[in-house]
Amino acid sequence: MSTPYVLLGLLRKFVKGAAVGVAAGITVADRFGSVVRLSGRSMQPTFNPEDTGFPSKDIVVVEKFCLRTFAFNRGDVVAFRSPQDPKEYLVKRLIALQEDWVTVPGTYEILQIPKGHCWVEGDNVDVSLDSKEFGPIPLALMRGRVVHVVWPPERFGPVENKYPTGRVFSGKDGR
Amino acid sequence: MAAWRALMKEAWERSVVFTQFLCFLHVFSNHVCQVHQCLGPSMLPTFNIAGDILLLEHLSVKFEKVRSGDVVMARSPVNPRLMVCKRVLGLEGDRVTVLPTTSKGQIRHVVVPKGHVWLQGDNIYNSTDSRHYGPVPYALIQGKVCYRIWPLEGWGPVVNRSP
Repeated sequence: MSTPYVLLGLLRKFVKGAAVGVAAGITVADRFGSVVRLSGRSMQPTFNPEDTGFPSKDIVVVEKFCLRTFAFNRGDVVAFRSPQDPKEYLVKRLIALQEDWVTVPGTYEILQIPKGHCWVEGDNVDVSLDSKEFGPIPLALMRGRVVHVVWPPERFGPVENKYPTGRVFSGKDGR
Repeated sequence: MAAWRALMKEAWERSVVFTQFLCFLHVFSNHVCQVHQCLGPSMLPTFNIAGDILLLEHLSVKFEKVRSGDVVMARSPVNPRLMVCKRVLGLEGDRVTVLPTTSKGQIRHVVVPKGHVWLQGDNIYNSTDSRHYGPVPYALIQGKVCYRIWPLEGWGPVVNRSP
């Protein structure tokens, strides 16, 4: 066998391997979970606590099993597609589920979350672009739940579930 | 023992091939093209009540090529487990004239907000759509309906029908 054929064979093997790898990667990322890098200050102090414009970006694990049933709990950190820009993904804390009553921060208004919607807020209330800007969002926008921090190593550990008590009054769908 | 080992090796190789096939199937059906059923009366007379089988195409949604008048499938904003099939009547910034859904309602004019679309069924008398739940985020659109496969007499491309 001459050299061009050997090279062609190698190239073919490489392309096949790359295609299988990409397909397997996309499947795992869509169905099971993926590892993503978070930028921005809206979730301080949970993520990027000492971010002062310097790129100190946390890397977290997002699980996708929750997308099969859309069963989320109040206090979960969720990743979803922005209702205002379909290309943008946001990470916030889910505060209230459908039919809950929630007080809007900064006002005295209390509103009820419509059916199939939820209320999301960043942990850093002052800089976060969240439901107090665009209102309740459909649960169907959810793209996963943030469960674990993997980078930086000193904060390696699961993401805790917490939500402000006293601001949310659970409705019929109290889970 | 050798026979056992050969058997295990063969089983392993087959399962690898099968997993690869499943991965390619997932990528194709979730990112390129998929067959989907559309149930319910909301798209009469374009589609039947009994559940037409449609070809759903994901690429034009991904590259934001959806235009006004296209038929799309989207996740329902009131129930994330449900898929609805509607026609896009307005993209962000468009001005939509909304006919009332009740006898006492009035004609409204709505400007579709940023990142949203206005979805409406072709059967305006029996369709739960943006007239009830308002404009829908673009990100809820799952795919554009490009072909009707079943029933056979209705086989053919689904055309863009601008309002």
